[in-house]
Amino acid sequence: MSEFISIEGIARRFGQQAVFEDLWLGIPRGNFTCMIGHSGCGKTTVLNILAGLDRPSDGVVVVDGTGIEGPSLDRAVVFQSHALLPWRSVLGNVAFAVSSRWPDAPRAEVEQRARAAIAKVGLAGSEAKRPAELSGGMKQRVGIARALSIEPKILLMDEPFSALDALTRGTLQDEVRRICTQTDQTVFMITHDVDEAIYLADRIVLMTNGPGAEIAEIVVNTLPRARTRADLHHQPGFYELRNHLIDFLVTRSRNFRDHAPAGHDRRHPPEVRLAIPHADNASPTQENAHAS
Amino acid sequence: MGSLRLRAGIVSVAILVLFLAGWQLAVSGGAAAPAMDPEYAKLMGASAVSGRSPMPGPLDIAQGLWRHLRDPFYDHGTNDKGIGIQLAWSVARVSAGWLLAVLVAVPMGFVIGMSPLLGRALDPFIQILKPISPLAWMPLALFTIRDSGVSAIFVIFICSIWPMLINTAFGVASVRKEWLNVAATLEVRPIRRALTVILPAAAPTILTGMRISIGIAWLVIVAAEMLVGGTGIGYFVWNEWNNLSISNVIIAILIIGVVGMLLDQLLARAQRAVTFPE
Repeated sequence: MSEFISIEGIARRFGQQAVFEDLWLGIPRGNFTCMIGHSGCGKTTVLNILAGLDRPSDGVVVVDGTGIEGPSLDRAVVFQSHALLPWRSVLGNVAFAVSSRWPDAPRAEVEQRARAAIAKVGLAGSEAKRPAELSGGMKQRVGIARALSIEPKILLMDEPFSALDALTRGTLQDEVRRICTQTDQTVFMITHDVDEAIYLADRIVLMTNGPGAEIAEIVVNTLPRARTRADLHHQPGFYELRNHLIDFLVTRSRNFRDHAPAGHDRRHPPEVRLAIPHADNASPTQENAHAS
Repeated sequence: MGSLRLRAGIVSVAILVLFLAGWQLAVSGGAAAPAMDPEYAKLMGASAVSGRSPMPGPLDIAQGLWRHLRDPFYDHGTNDKGIGIQLAWSVARVSAGWLLAVLVAVPMGFVIGMSPLLGRALDPFIQILKPISPLAWMPLALFTIRDSGVSAIFVIFICSIWPMLINTAFGVASVRKEWLNVAATLEVRPIRRALTVILPAAAPTILTGMRISIGIAWLVIVAAEMLVGGTGIGYFVWNEWNNLSISNVIIAILIIGVVGMLLDQLLARAQRAVTFPE
């Protein structure tokens, strides 16, 4: 396989119960992939296996031609609960990661790299603060800065914004999208927020419900890459995409197993590209919105 | 908040004044001295003859305390040393035994906390050894060590070790999984992980154990010194009892309380220094 990340037939079982089995997925370099699905479908387990924090009961994951044997500095994780060390300052938390990545770097270089990462997420000036003094959004910014500071090949994010209020979540999504598209960062992110997935992801992986979860399909995001959060919902094709995802979460994720499309191959989950409707077809939706 | 502190302070002072007044009242009243043979009266001492209470009042204690504090470090031979010297001996023994216990208990607690196997394997031993009164070790210590001073230190060591061991193991075992995951994804080596993640995370719990330990050690040193004799505040108390100087016994009790409080406050300060807000 020529994919950058190649998940090859992994399973994760707890006792007799299989959370998922025979899971195959490829992720190209520079791609932003979101995985959505309900709680209990094993999304976080997939991410933990990618991070090296968990091991598959079966199967392997190959990254850049090498099988995953455990955690690696090549794969940085942004944790849902931000997981900052509360006894260290903002700078101390990021510097801890930097000095792990470059153990022989002089102190000045470590600090300079940490400061650069903190500035990148818009927290310059808060370096000396302790995590307890920060708001939830700022804590997660530090978590992102810590992950980016080690210049990982892959950024893994486990519902990073789910604990934040809508406004903060929006601005953080903007930051993440800006940073990741600028640097062509390969990202694997878990979310259960459909709009977040549409805004951020190049490809959206749909997981059916667990136990025995599987990948139903991979939806390719056909919206223009230069989208912004403000104009996202005016893009032609946005509502078709959104409805497709919500239909999946509401009904198909539940009964996919019984109504699997003919020829569904777990090894090659189908890629779905929704046709973008012509601009004329999209305009009535907008007019309706204005009228109401 | 400030006003609450002020009011509490006023109540504290009021309680103290009431207590001292009651004490003074209780010891000042005296029945007339019963008629007795002059020879016998001489033997019985002034308190029996004059009809005054044999219990010293707060003013006697204040006078005695002033006498001790004015010259705490005099040394007039084995049975007459200043209270400062006696205290210094006790604090030195407690410090030595307690520090030895820190050196043993913290690393051992680390190992127990990190290894569920060792934790379970050692648990029955700890559970049996923990409730043993440290003084029960004294004969064994005297027999094997053959030095009463070192035996006292050993007794302090053995009573200090358990709270620290248990707290360290607990603190280390309950370090948040997510912090360990952070260390794992950053490929932090075990020694660095122990020093930069586990130790700071467990430090508040470890310090709690240290604080409990020093409190117990200070309780035990008095009894231990009563047994081994020679020097120390515990020996001082027993010696003054033999001298029938109730006044000095009360002064010693007061000083033991104050020093114990200071030791506790010292550890409380250290505990605050390593506690992090979440």
